[in-house]
Amino acid sequence: MAALTLSGLTKRYGGTSQAALHRLDLSIASGSLTALLGPSGSGKTTTMKLIAGLIAPDAGDIRLGGRSIRDLAPERRGVAMVFQNPLLFPHLTVAGNVGFGLRMRGLPADRIASSVALMLSRVRLTGLGDRRPGQLSGGQQQRTALARALILRPDVLLLDEPLSNLDPSLRDEMRQLIRELHSETGITTLVVTHDQTEAVALADHVALLLDGRLAQAGPPETFYQRPATQAVARFFGGVNFIPGTARAGVFDSALGPLRLPAGIAEGAGLLTIRPEALRFGPGPNPLIARVEGVTFLGTQSRIDLLAGGVRLQALTDPDAASDLVRGSDVAVTLPPQALWVLPSAP
Amino acid sequence: MHADRLRLLAAFALALWMILPTIPLVVWSVARGWRYPDLLPQGWSLKAWSFALSGKSGVLESLALTTGIASAVTVLAALIGVPAGRALGLYRFRGKGLVTLFLLAPAVLPGIAIAFGLHGVFLRLGLAGTVTGVMLAHLIPVLPYMTLVMAAVFSRFDPDIEAQARLLGATPWQTFRCVTLPAILPGLMTAALFAFLVSWSQYVLTLAIGGGRVQTLPLVLFSFAGAGRNDITAAIALLYILPGLAVLILTARQVTGRGAALSGGLRQWPR
Repeated sequence: MAALTLSGLTKRYGGTSQAALHRLDLSIASGSLTALLGPSGSGKTTTMKLIAGLIAPDAGDIRLGGRSIRDLAPERRGVAMVFQNPLLFPHLTVAGNVGFGLRMRGLPADRIASSVALMLSRVRLTGLGDRRPGQLSGGQQQRTALARALILRPDVLLLDEPLSNLDPSLRDEMRQLIRELHSETGITTLVVTHDQTEAVALADHVALLLDGRLAQAGPPETFYQRPATQAVARFFGGVNFIPGTARAGVFDSALGPLRLPAGIAEGAGLLTIRPEALRFGPGPNPLIARVEGVTFLGTQSRIDLLAGGVRLQALTDPDAASDLVRGSDVAVTLPPQALWVLPSAP
Repeated sequence: MHADRLRLLAAFALALWMILPTIPLVVWSVARGWRYPDLLPQGWSLKAWSFALSGKSGVLESLALTTGIASAVTVLAALIGVPAGRALGLYRFRGKGLVTLFLLAPAVLPGIAIAFGLHGVFLRLGLAGTVTGVMLAHLIPVLPYMTLVMAAVFSRFDPDIEAQARLLGATPWQTFRCVTLPAILPGLMTAALFAFLVSWSQYVLTLAIGGGRVQTLPLVLFSFAGAGRNDITAAIALLYILPGLAVLILTARQVTGRGAALSGGLRQWPR
């Protein structure tokens, strides 16, 4: 059990002036389940490789439970990692794979066998210990890989895109299993993912990397309710951005004065509201908007609106969208508690 | 059904192709007087064998020396060729094509073209006429095979699996022994087989560098052939074939990735 602290971590790949990772400061609390989120090229994989010791940082430090692990070999860091591909050793059985790390530590065979049996039951692979990796389904391989890392009781467990190689039907099961094993073992776990819905569904804490920099870190809800920048809001599906000025609890913009919730800083900014928070019908902060388009998305419908020259997007359930006609005017409200003001883009 | 019969026929043809040339050797080695145009020798004798296997002929000594040199050359080639093949197979770098060409060159150039120049160099280094010198000379034609086979093996190897082993607590040596080696072993056995046989059959380089002082089996074989002793030559030739055959049988499992290749062709596969 140990907290993981990254400070000023910088990595530049050969010859490029743009840093893959730029002065990353991040604290991962002991025993937490944290998602390291970012699009491809954001530096999340680089961060994970730096923690694992597969590459060396150009600057900065990595501390685990108070001691620096920056210069330690990967096998001496107390960090175990599960790669995106299960990477099972093909010449070993499932049990041989799960017991691999303990065998490397030189534990006696009978103790390894009993630990492996226990671990296999925890990942629901009891009875498959004698199989070869090639005889397992994708989900079973992933669970074997997870068991192989967890059996070592590492200080930090790194999971690289643990769900992305699985069929959608298996993702829920695997997500459940990861959460369950995490709460049983309390091992500090860092999940790397590019999928924001996966990150919020899986983790207690999310760190978002954009362009090699930490964009925001916090509990999952904050990314929806109080995004730090427009880029963060966009990454989490934000589409409505209205330039204007906040003053005395009111936001002045092309939409007219809108009441804001308490605690919003004054000054120029971008008003944002999540598309699913827009309401149709009467209420506070009312607007009249023209319906520009209605798109059926399955469980939801997307409504494109134009109000005071400003494009807005709303997500609503398809039933409610059925009486909206393209070209007609409709009453819309922007509930004050759903409003948030971003610093205006530089 | 039809394909099976065809496969059987092919296996027989291949077996005959390999076995037929050895029949006259067997006959020669036990013949007493065999002149043209007789179909069979006048009489039979084991004299050639008893001479070849006696201490006087130096054949057994030469057999041991040749085996020793070929084994040592194989091990040396693996020590150099596995890391070199890994670099060629896994990484892209500038001048890779040129490096490959240079590696391939000794396999393409006839040994005699380099043998005498090499002799001069080895003479200055004090390696001419020594077993060490002969082994180093054998590495020249052996290394391309080892390196190129290993490059092919590593081009299909995922180095992430080594990183995975390290992140499960394996030291670099444990990673090599428990993860990398099992993965490359079939290819390594193929390469080693090539290496052993290439060294085993060296004549020109052994003669040039050994200067007649390192008497490997092919040299002994040629000296008896030159002396017109067909019976002894045939006996030595048969001995000369044996280790190669033994290595082939021992490694057939690794090379083909299934049961023993030699008997396998003639057997029906279950399933």
